[in-house]
Amino acid sequence: MHLFFQELLNGLVVGSLYALVALGLALVYGTMQVPNFAHGHLYMLGAYVAFFGVTIAHIHYWPSLLLAVVVLAGVGVILERLVFRPLRDAPEVNAIIAAVGVLFFLQTLAQVLFGGDFRVLPTPYDHVVHFAGLIATQQQLIVIVAAGVLMLALFLFLKRTLIGATIEAVAQNRAGAALVGIDTDRVSMLVFAISAGMAAAAAALIASISLISPSMGFTVIFKAFAIVVLGGMGSIPGAILGAYILALAESFGATYISTSYEDVIAFAVLVLILTVKPTGLFAKGT
Amino acid sequence: MRRALWIVAALIALALPFLVSKSFYLQIAASAYITAIAVYGLNVILGYTGLLSLGHAAFFGIGAYGVALLETRASWPFWPALVAACAASVLLGFLVGIVSLRTRGHYFAIFTAAVGVMISIVLTNWQDLTGGNIGIVNIPPPPAIGPLSFEGDTAKYYLVVAALAFAIALTALVRRSLFGRTLIAIAGNEDLARATGIDVARAKLTAFMLSTFLAGLAGGMFATYIGNLDPGSSGLDITFEQLLYLVIGGLGTIAGPLIGTLVLVGASQLLQGVEQYRFLIFGPLLVVLVIFFPHGITGAFNRLMAARPRSHRRTTATPETEAAVS
Amino acid sequence: MMLLEVCDVSKHFGGLVAVDSVSFGVPAGHIKAIIGPNGAGKSTCFNLISGYYPASSGKLTFAGQDITHLPMHAIARLGIARTFQTTCLFSRQTVLDNAIVGYRMHTRSNLFDALTRSPRERREERESRERAFEALRFAGIERLADRVAGSIPQEAQKRLAIAIAIASQPKLILLDEPVAGVTAEETAAHAELIRTMARTGYTICLVEHKMNMVMGLADSIVVLHHGKKIAEGTPAEVSADPAVLEAYLGVLAHA
Repeated sequence: MHLFFQELLNGLVVGSLYALVALGLALVYGTMQVPNFAHGHLYMLGAYVAFFGVTIAHIHYWPSLLLAVVVLAGVGVILERLVFRPLRDAPEVNAIIAAVGVLFFLQTLAQVLFGGDFRVLPTPYDHVVHFAGLIATQQQLIVIVAAGVLMLALFLFLKRTLIGATIEAVAQNRAGAALVGIDTDRVSMLVFAISAGMAAAAAALIASISLISPSMGFTVIFKAFAIVVLGGMGSIPGAILGAYILALAESFGATYISTSYEDVIAFAVLVLILTVKPTGLFAKGT
Repeated sequence: MRRALWIVAALIALALPFLVSKSFYLQIAASAYITAIAVYGLNVILGYTGLLSLGHAAFFGIGAYGVALLETRASWPFWPALVAACAASVLLGFLVGIVSLRTRGHYFAIFTAAVGVMISIVLTNWQDLTGGNIGIVNIPPPPAIGPLSFEGDTAKYYLVVAALAFAIALTALVRRSLFGRTLIAIAGNEDLARATGIDVARAKLTAFMLSTFLAGLAGGMFATYIGNLDPGSSGLDITFEQLLYLVIGGLGTIAGPLIGTLVLVGASQLLQGVEQYRFLIFGPLLVVLVIFFPHGITGAFNRLMAARPRSHRRTTATPETEAAVS
Repeated sequence: MMLLEVCDVSKHFGGLVAVDSVSFGVPAGHIKAIIGPNGAGKSTCFNLISGYYPASSGKLTFAGQDITHLPMHAIARLGIARTFQTTCLFSRQTVLDNAIVGYRMHTRSNLFDALTRSPRERREERESRERAFEALRFAGIERLADRVAGSIPQEAQKRLAIAIAIASQPKLILLDEPVAGVTAEETAAHAELIRTMARTGYTICLVEHKMNMVMGLADSIVVLHHGKKIAEGTPAEVSADPAVLEAYLGVLAHA
């Protein structure tokens, strides 16, 4: 029983992470119908920027996180402007192919700048906390709380601000939004910035718990897609729900089935769902 | 003009063993040809039919491991092992296709990528069967056919050349045919294709199975040519590389897969020592190509040819059009 | 004899009823027009007949066969061709290639024929080009055969859509707003083309807003409003029908 709750906690930590990443993916897909295959590598880059901040530039932990978010938001905007916008009217596969080019570049860049060895982001929050018979590091609790705060912030932003409303308008009907005077290009850049920024935050938060490597983007992107497909592409609540479900499935699966096949769970979920319902579980409309 | 170029290319390929000093270069060429066979497969599903299969390298792995396991564990000779491995690849393509081709748009890319990664994971983790990360070694070369022995480097090279010629012929025949027109129509406008009575689901499945067949063939050739094998050759990153070769060479063209592979493998060779950085250039290159030159090198060449005075051009009986991805 | 019978057909999209228990028949050799204010459900009817959407209820019969649940390509093969409201072509292919695809359903060559360059493959390739050229000639655009479809003028594109339909040698052709966005002069030419098609033996079903053209062309007209059929009859009958006038004038009054 005790093990069960420990697994639950681990699942929540990882789920919080997945949620931030998947949300970014869902946001971009929802507003621009672009499946950003490079998203996982933006996440990876975020981890490295935070790592750079703390270990090389000797900035403190939280400012380094902020640096990662800001830098990646910028990268997101550049990506939208230079890669995805020109391909807006091209066949869907073109955007995916272009994203592949981007991710190749980012991975090599990370490799060149930081080497291929695994890294860890040092954190000032490595003390262990005991509560209710469970063990957790401060960092793990921070991940859960920080992710929650970010998700809440995003929710409030989308639902309660004017800019958020324009994002939703563009997501629902791009042409219509343009007709009523919304600058859809600006919205696209903003959405990409938010998406990349959130991925960076997630990566920076987890970089102290998990290992950083140039290829970490690959696993994450598929988990993110598994989640977004599970939750219905473009659905924000679906992405959050899907994230925790997947994380918990992995956590329990790893313990009770097998650790080396842990990653397979995400893919198996993806394959299973698309087999049964080719449009995703909670797909909205078409 | 084009036919002349193909003849010259064939002559160079056949004469290569006599033109190079070290067998190392032969090996590079043969490895490139093997990769090109896989890229020809990708061309059928992506270039002709417009569907991005991101699990492509996994089918390469099925072909490779199929041959390797049958030869080393079950003592099969190469030829039946190759047939069986290709059949396995086609069968798996059928099963994956039946499910995945019902999905729309980029779901297909995601789905096939997921399947590909799962296969990769299994190949890496099923130690008892596949040898895990270490893989399989000492895969025997093909047994002699009469007086023709395949033990030497040169003989093996020609075997690969024959396989490549086969792949090119296959895809060229498809491209020129009515079936090819069906695929190109589906890539161009799926709804209209359906409205003109084309059984889109069936055509897509056939194209997909053809693509996995070629990937499996390439894998089988790889296993026997290189002689050893590990899961690294079936990863998602390999699929991405094949995609790069195809886009640079020219999607949907007959020369594209070969040109793209040769150019990039050649470039990687020239970049000796810095080849780990090659994606710093190839990555953005892929992006630029997809945005501005989706027909790659072959497309640029075609456009040059088309700009020549009318008297030099012959009207063709085949879809003169650009590739599926415009 | 009714070539096409639409019996009590409805289509719901969630809570929205796009087509509400519509019934009408199209006799062979007829030109039947479907008209109505915007949003009346006209294109939806075409989508139902051609199998683009499944009907929510009702029955569709073509040449005596129940086609209600058939997939789109099967319905096309039975002899129903259609054009679309917005330009729907293989825009990156040549005009001739487009027409060849139209004829594809009459060729049986498959992958094996392709790989063996079978006699059937070679024969059908030749046949396809011939039929395609015939269709282009019929539609008056044969001199554009080698042009890329996306680069020809709008009016020629509309003709190409018709050529693709003709190439499939259908019994019934559904024309969805064939002269939308076309000049008055070209409209008259298209009307003439449609008349020639009817004379050649094709049965035509037409959705169109340009009243002059419709009145001058159609043998009979079905009027839809809010998804329901409100009138059916000859052009003369329909233009005098009070319900029809109410629907159009009512729309104008509230516009």
